[in-house]
Amino acid sequence: MKKTISNILTGLVFVFLFAPIVVLLFFSFNNSKSLSVFSGFSFRWYRELFKDRNTLEALRNTLVLAASATVISTIMGTAAAWGIDRLRSRWYRGVINTVTDIPMTNPDIITGISMMLMFVFVGRLFGAKNSLNFWTMLISHVTFCLPYVILQVLPKLKQMDRSLPEAAMDLGCTPMRAFLKVELPEMLPGIVTGAIMAFTLSLDDFVISYFTSGTGFQTLPIRIYSMTKKTVTPKMYALATIIFFVTLSLLLISNFIESSDEQKAEKKEKKRSK
Amino acid sequence: MDKLIELRHISKSFDGETILDDINLDIHDNEFITLLGPSGCGKTTTLRMIGGFEQPDKGDVIFMGKRINDEPPHKRHVNTVFQKYALFPHLNVFENVAFPLREKKVPKDEIKKRVEEMLSLVMLSNFAKRRVTSLSGGQQQRVAIARALISSPKILLLDEPLGALDLKLRKDMQVELKKIQKSTGITFVFVTHDQEEALSMSDTIVVMSEGKIQQIGTPTDIYNEPVNAFVADFIGESNIIDGIMLEDYRVKFAGHTFECLDKGFDKNEPVDVVVRPEDVDIVPAQDAALYGDVVSVTFLGVHYEIIVDVSGFKWMIQTTDFVAEGAHIGLKLDPDAIHIMKKSKYSGMFGDYSSFSDEMDELSDAGGDEEE
Amino acid sequence: MKKHSVKSRNSSCRSALAPYSIWAFLFILVPMLFIAYYAFTDNDFRFTTENITRFFTTVSSVRADDGTLKEVHTYLLIFRRSLKLAVISTLICLLIGYPLAYRIAHAKKRTQQTMMTLIMIPMWMNFLIRTYAWMTILQDAGVFNTLISRFGLPPVRIIGTETAVIIGMVYDYLPYMVLPIYSVMTKMDNSLIEAAHDLGCGSLSVLRRVIFPLSLPGVISGITMVLIPSISTFYISQKLGNGKFFLIGDAIEGQYVANNLHFAAAMAFILMVILLVLMALVKHSTSRYVYGGDAK
Repeated sequence: MKKTISNILTGLVFVFLFAPIVVLLFFSFNNSKSLSVFSGFSFRWYRELFKDRNTLEALRNTLVLAASATVISTIMGTAAAWGIDRLRSRWYRGVINTVTDIPMTNPDIITGISMMLMFVFVGRLFGAKNSLNFWTMLISHVTFCLPYVILQVLPKLKQMDRSLPEAAMDLGCTPMRAFLKVELPEMLPGIVTGAIMAFTLSLDDFVISYFTSGTGFQTLPIRIYSMTKKTVTPKMYALATIIFFVTLSLLLISNFIESSDEQKAEKKEKKRSK
Repeated sequence: MDKLIELRHISKSFDGETILDDINLDIHDNEFITLLGPSGCGKTTTLRMIGGFEQPDKGDVIFMGKRINDEPPHKRHVNTVFQKYALFPHLNVFENVAFPLREKKVPKDEIKKRVEEMLSLVMLSNFAKRRVTSLSGGQQQRVAIARALISSPKILLLDEPLGALDLKLRKDMQVELKKIQKSTGITFVFVTHDQEEALSMSDTIVVMSEGKIQQIGTPTDIYNEPVNAFVADFIGESNIIDGIMLEDYRVKFAGHTFECLDKGFDKNEPVDVVVRPEDVDIVPAQDAALYGDVVSVTFLGVHYEIIVDVSGFKWMIQTTDFVAEGAHIGLKLDPDAIHIMKKSKYSGMFGDYSSFSDEMDELSDAGGDEEE
Repeated sequence: MKKHSVKSRNSSCRSALAPYSIWAFLFILVPMLFIAYYAFTDNDFRFTTENITRFFTTVSSVRADDGTLKEVHTYLLIFRRSLKLAVISTLICLLIGYPLAYRIAHAKKRTQQTMMTLIMIPMWMNFLIRTYAWMTILQDAGVFNTLISRFGLPPVRIIGTETAVIIGMVYDYLPYMVLPIYSVMTKMDNSLIEAAHDLGCGSLSVLRRVIFPLSLPGVISGITMVLIPSISTFYISQKLGNGKFFLIGDAIEGQYVANNLHFAAAMAFILMVILLVLMALVKHSTSRYVYGGDAK
């Protein structure tokens, strides 16, 4: 009895979670413009979406931005995690950890505003009229992605046996070779999930982008924002559906990587306890 | 025998804490040498210095006559078997063992040949393609040894390699390590805190405590002729009593004078007297100078371990004859049962069997005082 | 056994960390300072506290329910509303999220993974789209009303009410509540629960005396992760509140759009300070559940 009730309640929560998504997917295939009456299946809105040059350009922009932010934040974040893990100074470590926490605990609106204020101020110093552009967005995206990359990579280093790089050097590797041949493979699952996370976060971000984007460079979320300001056509639903499946597959991939990595870790744990 | 490694006046401290204090040690060719001591005594740091993972603050590390203080680990002819093996989890058994050869760009077919040879030496020929994470502790251990030996180092360093194994496996590995050492002729420098392990495997034992070498010698030397109370207590069980060396071959302790085999002390010099528990004979109380009541009797299979209270000092005696608790017995000491040591800073710290561990001593000393 | 790295490793660790350290200083710390700088200066960058006082003193008249005009402190009212809606949403998220996390954490391993993936999926949808989807559901002629009219029920007005805003917040941020609580619960040592049973606790008191205190770190980070974005949101209220329920986020965004950067910064600054106080309060009020409570 208790079990049934809890199952029903759990079910209801999932209905709540998926209702909007189902509605959205459903009406993206609607033949008419109505968002409440389904009048027949068609790809009409998808066709219109692909004719919309602004949206397509926004999509291209988003991908370029997300890819660059991912590359930069992954490289810098991985190096940072490696450094933090090895850091001996307590003081330095404390400062770094606190600062790394800031973008994650601060509301996006404050992060966005703060960066915007700085960019505008610095821009004005150099006499620029419009100081917000692709580069300011890239900087802000890299900034909010970095902590997530670091947080994905750090645990992998913590799990790693400290003597692995030493063993490699003992067996004839230079410190650099030891890093490439032993530490990097150990960190890789964390780097990959960190990169995927950075990529999705960057794709997804609206608030910070909204404050740091100039008029010339529009990303998809900003485009969606301006589209939803006016009356909308199901064209946006078509776009949402596509985004949904793309993020879904990214999520599944990173889940898969993580769980296979966990299994490995578990196996190791079992072996150790034997 | 040639000297492979010479450590000369090595000192090292971390964050103001002295880890090694003027260490001098020679390591010879084809030797099985064990660094023995409690944790924190500096044995691992000494090993890491030979491996190249630490540099001494003072002193020199000399390898075959050449100073190698600043040579990085990958350039030294020394390999290490790490405490937790440090096998590369992303490589299989074969690739782990082949790792140093690939680094040296050895031709493929030679790698194959040498790895297979090495795997058969450690009896893992059928495991080449296995993931290292799927191996048992003992098998991982063998892989680690094979990997460290494959580039034929002059010296193999082993950092408490048997610590993670269970007792039986440990015994097997002890025998096998010894065998591998004999057959390869490579010098093994072995670090452990387990005195039995040290006694059974080593040619030479180096007993360390608080960053200093206490004694260097063969297992029998160390056991029979400990230089101070620390060594006597750390290696095996010992009753250590304050005594006075009256003259050569005559020592006075516990209120009586005993004959002994030691000489060369000053007249009436205060000394530490060591009596191993198995060297005490039990006789009727009236026949012996020392007598007391049996406080406890523990059956240990091969023998009984009994604690006898002789006017306040608790003696440990190992005997194969049963003695009842509470019995009044005499302790007979032959001259060769008595070993005399000079007084050291360790005098008075060990050798009374009121309790076995230091921790128990601390607890009863502290008596509820929680300041520490 | 102490492990100490060779000196050169230590210097290489610093150089690996250097780019990030510089980056974090320039783009995390310095921008924070800029908020304070803008908040306390006027358009000519002269020191002033006017922006701050403006937040507390601006007055406007609103029409009350009975039709009379009433004087209110504009921004204080907005802030109180933001706080109220955010707290309600957070509590609802906790009420739904905690049992849900508990339920998932005690399911079979495979079910756990599936359910967590299902919870994460909406989270990885853009929140603009999620919110917008609710708008079309809750609209007067939307899916919800179409559906209930099939059952002969009269249409309900949801869009443009506080309820709609709360639904939007709960929907958008519920996963952030479930995730941390779930991860704490799965890490909980089962033998602790068995020990509590063994020591004579009934199921309820095990929950109250063992499971809940142990899951508190998860609860705290869940509360943080829901409260902070819901108090500072500006899109949800625009879409689901029909722009009738201005929240602090809307106010900041509005000032940004109007290019009133100094006042926007002042509000951001005040929001930041209040959030810091709020989070300290949350931590303080929950900490008495652990470590034996009031007995110090």
